[in-house]
Amino acid sequence: MTPLVALKGISKSFVGVRVLNSVDFDVRPGEVHALLGENGAGKSTLIKIIAGVHAPDAGEIIIGGQPAKFANPGQAVKAGIAIVYQELLLFPELSVAENIFLNHAPRLSWGGLDWAQMRDKSRALLDDLDSHHLDVDAKVGSLSVANRQRVEIAKALSQNARVVVMDEPTASLAEVDVQQLLAIVRRLRSRGVGIVYVSHKLPEIFALADRVSVLRDGNYVATRDIKDVTERSLVAMMVGRSIDQLFPKEEAQIGAPRLELRNVSHGKAVRDISFTLRAGEILGVAGLVGSGRTETALTIFGITPATAGEILIDGRPVQIRSPQQARDLGIAYVPEDRGLQGLVRPQTIAENISLTVLRRLSRAFIVDRGKEVTLARDFIKRLGIRARGPGQAARQLSGGNQQKVVLAKWLAAEPRILIMDEPTRGIDVGAKSEIHALMSKLAQSGLAILMISSELPEVLGMSDRVLVMNGGRIVAEIDRNDATPETVGAAMTLVRDQEAAA
Amino acid sequence: MSDIALPRRRPSYFSRLFEAYGQEIVVLTAIVVLFIVVGLVNPRFLSNTNLTSIFSGNAYIAVAAIGMAMVIISGHIDVSVGSLIGVLATIAGTLAVSGYPIWVAWTVPVLVGIAINTCLGALIAYMRIPSIVATLGMLSILKGGLISATGGTWITGMPPQFFIAQARLFGVPAPVYFMAILTIIVALWMRYSATGRSLYAVGGNAEAARATGLNPERTCVLAFALHGFFAGIAALLFATQLQVIQSTVPPNLELTVITAAVIGGVSILGGTGTVIGSTLAAVLFACIGSALIFLSVSAYWLRAVLGLLILATVLADMARRRRSLVR
Repeated sequence: MTPLVALKGISKSFVGVRVLNSVDFDVRPGEVHALLGENGAGKSTLIKIIAGVHAPDAGEIIIGGQPAKFANPGQAVKAGIAIVYQELLLFPELSVAENIFLNHAPRLSWGGLDWAQMRDKSRALLDDLDSHHLDVDAKVGSLSVANRQRVEIAKALSQNARVVVMDEPTASLAEVDVQQLLAIVRRLRSRGVGIVYVSHKLPEIFALADRVSVLRDGNYVATRDIKDVTERSLVAMMVGRSIDQLFPKEEAQIGAPRLELRNVSHGKAVRDISFTLRAGEILGVAGLVGSGRTETALTIFGITPATAGEILIDGRPVQIRSPQQARDLGIAYVPEDRGLQGLVRPQTIAENISLTVLRRLSRAFIVDRGKEVTLARDFIKRLGIRARGPGQAARQLSGGNQQKVVLAKWLAAEPRILIMDEPTRGIDVGAKSEIHALMSKLAQSGLAILMISSELPEVLGMSDRVLVMNGGRIVAEIDRNDATPETVGAAMTLVRDQEAAA
Repeated sequence: MSDIALPRRRPSYFSRLFEAYGQEIVVLTAIVVLFIVVGLVNPRFLSNTNLTSIFSGNAYIAVAAIGMAMVIISGHIDVSVGSLIGVLATIAGTLAVSGYPIWVAWTVPVLVGIAINTCLGALIAYMRIPSIVATLGMLSILKGGLISATGGTWITGMPPQFFIAQARLFGVPAPVYFMAILTIIVALWMRYSATGRSLYAVGGNAEAARATGLNPERTCVLAFALHGFFAGIAALLFATQLQVIQSTVPPNLELTVITAAVIGGVSILGGTGTVIGSTLAAVLFACIGSALIFLSVSAYWLRAVLGLLILATVLADMARRRRSLVR
């Protein structure tokens, strides 16, 4: 079968750094071809070359058997290629219909845009994606991420795309929405669309893909039929070594209670929370998005101070009314959204790490730059941050390394209680297992860790105990030995039914 | 899976209309209420003479606000437009006094306006200079150049045919036609043409626009070039409405023009708003200014009132955005 799109020997360098080295890739009609690789492996660059955003330095793009050159994204769109970017490139202030048809809207006889037809066609496209509830006149800015994604897919279909590239489409979706998305992808495939599917989540790839290609450090590793690979062999291909254990949880000495919550509440989001976190322990918090996990963390960290209940540290009652107080009490919080709350992206690695300890590093209001750089060097080595040096800007790092910088920042403050919210979201497998190993090591050194995670395998693999939250309450506390996908999953959803019945 | 997704109740026609044109409706209502209230207090407010002076004396602000709305919608801002109007009006007057044909005195300023703002737009788009910085620079250049060149004197002695703003058709002053016709043409263009919509797209999300195949740089230059055209027309209306041209244009004219756009519903963050709103807001200002006189309130309060209006509008805009995020 002639591939819809074939890339042959594609190479690309940015300012002297080679990010793609002679990569081959193709998509056939009616298949899902998964593209795998760690962050920084070159997946995004490859996608942008297919999209016409970047031109390759060497190599050929062949569309339906004919060599093609894209000078801009518009030409790739004309050639039948549509990209659903991870950050969803939509126009928040424009309506759903207009987002779908921007730049190729139907016209009236006198050349004006045909709004009525635009709305009707949008309706039909969305109905086709089983999204009957989506209002074509709604502003896209008011939609959920899952619905925006449907708008992007409808937009791709409206351009008669024969190839749809999806860049980590499920990275920020709740489980229900993930299932619906997978159904939509299967539907596209059955219609003969070729789909390039980029994701870190191996279960999705096994559920969906027909073939899988792996990139590593800009090099093409291999393309395989999905039936010829296992999770283990894929991971080995991606990282270039075999990772014996995805969750290297090591036994740690569990000590005295560090943090204790007694009937803590904050409004309706956090209700009557009680638990004990001990030194050396990793306490996992599972639950659906919106179940009150992050809200609880924010209450402990003093961002939304508790309105009721008691917080004890080392057995002594404390008042936490601000993040400053929390920090002074030895609490560190590595937030869910690195970009928003954790990292000053234009600043250097050293400047980011020293943020929590500026007072300690300064003499008479002047920061000792030498000490700052030494501190950063130390952490770069300790956490294995892959960077050119302490002076590199944080935004230039890959997701996993950014997460390590955020972690380093908080470890510099030498906390006694570490709260990690989604510690490995959007991070590739290699960096993930490094962060997990690091968490084990930190626990062994006596740190008390509260880990919030939406990834069940991570919760089950890393936690000494698992708390399950739902509707702002803790609905179950499960010991490591009893925690299985079934027990935790049941607790996550069971109570919701009871509440609905009540 | 469709059984999970509950069909959303479709909002009524009026709530839809209000969602799409909320700010325009608010401003229009404000104008109507103002007319009724002030008219009851002092019926001379509604006299033909006063209405004429309200509309024709301020039409140039509305015309300039059309261009400003385009620039802000496409994600930029221009703080130099007041000085530009001063320069263009002076050019028009000087040409007319020096004996050039009237059509030259009318067209040259418009062409100069387009030329200056096209350069400005190119500087912003291709050199990546933030528009507030580039236009602040332009503000100084134009204002300094104007005062040096004219020495601050007023221009008088233009031939009688020059005063297009004083012409009337069916008893309605010419500036009102300019304001109404240009507003309608641009409103339709921005609603029904692909280029018009691209202003909204680029202002809403430049990266997404690029990925869709639009050219954000070209759009920026276009917005500024059109803005230059409207500044040229505004300068003509300003230059020909009185027998003299003051080289010191109304101070803070650029702020009045920006305020009109913002109160008319153009988000300062770009991507939303209409020129109908900006024109209505310019009319509202003119009415408020006149109403203050008829209510015997010091005209100095006008600026304070405008300031309050800006803050109220921006707060309402923020509240609306927050509400739409929660959904």
